[in-house]
Amino acid sequence: MNEQVAESEGVQLDAAVGSVEQASQALREAFPGKVRPDEREGYEGVIVDADALVDAALFLRDQLGFRYLSSVTGVDYANDGLLESVYHAYGAESGALVFKVQVGCGNPEIPSLVSVWPSANFQERESYDMYGIRYAGHPNLQRILTWEGFAGHPMRKDWREPYYEEEHKPFKTRHPDGGVFRAEDRNPFGRNVQYSPGFDPAKWEDIAQSAVYDGLMREVKEEGLQTETITVNVGPQHPSTHGVLRVVVVLDGETVVDLMPVLGYLHRNHEKIGERCTFPQIIPYTDRLDYICSMSNGLGYVLAVEKLIGIQPPERAEYIRVIMAELTRIVNHLMAIGFLWNDVGAYFTPVIYAFNERELILDLFEMVSGSRMMCNYMRVGGVFEDLPAGWMEKARALVYDRLPRFVDEFHRLLSENEIWRSRSMGVGILPAEQAVAMGASGPLLRASGVPYDIRRVEPYSIYDRFDFDVVVRHNADVYDRFLVRMEEMRQSLRILRQAMNQIPAGPVQTGKKNWTMKVPAGEAYHRIEAPKGELGFYLVSDGGSNPWRYHVRSTSMINLTPLAEMCRGHKIADVVVILGSIDITLGEVDR
Amino acid sequence: MYGLGILKGLSVTLKHFVNTYVDDIKWGFAKRYTPEALLVRQSAEARGVFTVQYPEEVLLPQERFRFVPFLVYEGTDEDRQYRCTACGICAKACPPQCIWIVRAKDPETGKPLRRPAEFYVDIDICMNCGSCAEYCPFDAIQMDHDFELADHDRETAHIHDLQRLGKPVEYYAKIRPTYYAAEQEAKAAKAARAAKAKAARRKDK
Repeated sequence: MNEQVAESEGVQLDAAVGSVEQASQALREAFPGKVRPDEREGYEGVIVDADALVDAALFLRDQLGFRYLSSVTGVDYANDGLLESVYHAYGAESGALVFKVQVGCGNPEIPSLVSVWPSANFQERESYDMYGIRYAGHPNLQRILTWEGFAGHPMRKDWREPYYEEEHKPFKTRHPDGGVFRAEDRNPFGRNVQYSPGFDPAKWEDIAQSAVYDGLMREVKEEGLQTETITVNVGPQHPSTHGVLRVVVVLDGETVVDLMPVLGYLHRNHEKIGERCTFPQIIPYTDRLDYICSMSNGLGYVLAVEKLIGIQPPERAEYIRVIMAELTRIVNHLMAIGFLWNDVGAYFTPVIYAFNERELILDLFEMVSGSRMMCNYMRVGGVFEDLPAGWMEKARALVYDRLPRFVDEFHRLLSENEIWRSRSMGVGILPAEQAVAMGASGPLLRASGVPYDIRRVEPYSIYDRFDFDVVVRHNADVYDRFLVRMEEMRQSLRILRQAMNQIPAGPVQTGKKNWTMKVPAGEAYHRIEAPKGELGFYLVSDGGSNPWRYHVRSTSMINLTPLAEMCRGHKIADVVVILGSIDITLGEVDR
Repeated sequence: MYGLGILKGLSVTLKHFVNTYVDDIKWGFAKRYTPEALLVRQSAEARGVFTVQYPEEVLLPQERFRFVPFLVYEGTDEDRQYRCTACGICAKACPPQCIWIVRAKDPETGKPLRRPAEFYVDIDICMNCGSCAEYCPFDAIQMDHDFELADHDRETAHIHDLQRLGKPVEYYAKIRPTYYAAEQEAKAAKAARAAKAKAARRKDK
């Protein structure tokens, strides 16, 4: 094994690694006594001692080729008095190597991995915010989703929300003596706010704000005209941020010196809500993550639950799921391109043309699921209901006839436009190495020349049955991201045509549907290639009907990590275009 | 030549512009804004103008469309026989827990009865997911098609009580015809089976 490791050293992104078992074996041999297998029932991976973490991570990255750190998250094992930080790392063609670090609840401190994988940056901040795990050596360890006056760490098991009723749903007050009340009447505004001990809002000085400003780079000029940089807040209310995202930009004239996204304006503690719910009750909440791609979100979640339980949906349901997921991809790319053009200044012509087609696809979603955007269609072990009569004909008319023509027309409308090309070519360059290191995924990663598509690398559902190309381009700029999305729509149509031809008859649900289910104890991480990139769901079950831990590896948030890198040196107007080319949805960024 | 790409793009917008008039002529100007034309205008054959002139024109919701629940009752408005048995499955299954049920009790013995005394849905909290209707074993709670619920007052109008929630079975049959037909079929089959079993038992005696 060690010779093999030595050989793979120095190979770039396509480093061939043995299986995950071999890798974890090599890791254990390299760090005897510091790395031990996780032997809990239903768990996988290794547990690393905190003091060996950085070395082990470097070994994983450089010797074993695990260059992509997908997910970092905390788990509160309150019963054992332990906090755990869970990492999922991937090689170019390998599955996930899961490694964990455990610390006591009292003074949780873990070395930061930002120096090894910059993609840990936002995720470690999130874990710090939610669990209070301090990542020593993190360049900017501040709260990310909540504000600095926030009391406690909201994902800890002992933390309770202002309208707290019970640990788990269903609440006992609802039946059989359900005297109706409003949560806000019991706990009116003013009393529903908690502050951390010693925090006085009246005396609050907004140090975190100035810390944000101070943390940004300033240019010191040695010669020439001495000018000052200015700090500009783009957002949280700004038409180009696609929601409530705030981007703090330091400008030298019109040129961006440094930039930092400030998140959390739409934070609603989705994960805590999930932990209060039973497993199937979470499905409608996942629709509200990336509200443009509700079908994909639901798919990712139910696949994670199915992995935990170990069941397979029937054939027909698998096909229906793929059809819905690919239609969602088309919807998302239509919107992404449309709004990208809005950001450039082509006010609403492309986006409205795109919306025509999206409208027709949403009609299909309404027909099957009853709702256009909040579909709530996927179920554990199948889908909500079979396709209604007439659905297939309508869908065929779109997929075989209208949408291919539209994609061509969209190309004609946009791709050769000289103004667009001059605004997008060479703007927002993200080299492949950086894209991988910073955890970029989806079209953003593939436009940087990395042919990485989870549907191909780690086929889930039935994607291994379809013939499609992984779209990849190599210029790594905004224009290439646009072209990747354009081409992906064509590939989605290709998958759709195959799926529509092959779909068998049969049931769409295994077993009986129920609003609650017992799930065996253990953990599962499942990721899918959502339209925006890698969407992962990390679930820990303690054997009950509610998840002990429910974590969303949010594509949009992690794709924001390279934003500063891409924007430095460009003009302020380009920030808007680059942000548009990442394609974020704030519902998913802030959760 | 510089500018050719822009001209190419503009040819597309020009095509869209012209198509709106082609459509107008094809449908004979006034007829374009009729319910029949609306179905074409919002379909895969649509070429020209796509928009709907709401509220003058309203798109019909699909059969599975769901928007806040209602309770199905048989009988007349004065004598409502709710299908609901106050079993509480909907209240338990509801993800945001917006359903409150008080089970009726026998006034003399105090034993619980199979019907609701009170039933509330807080539609400010309801997220129209349809779980209640999906898991109801009696088809008693259903998702509505009526989405025009704008109100002046949040305090009184947004907690729907039994009176407000109740809708006749005819209404249910109207908005969800295939579901209602399937339900009636299942009921008829069940009744036929029961009758057969009864006849067989009588024969045995």
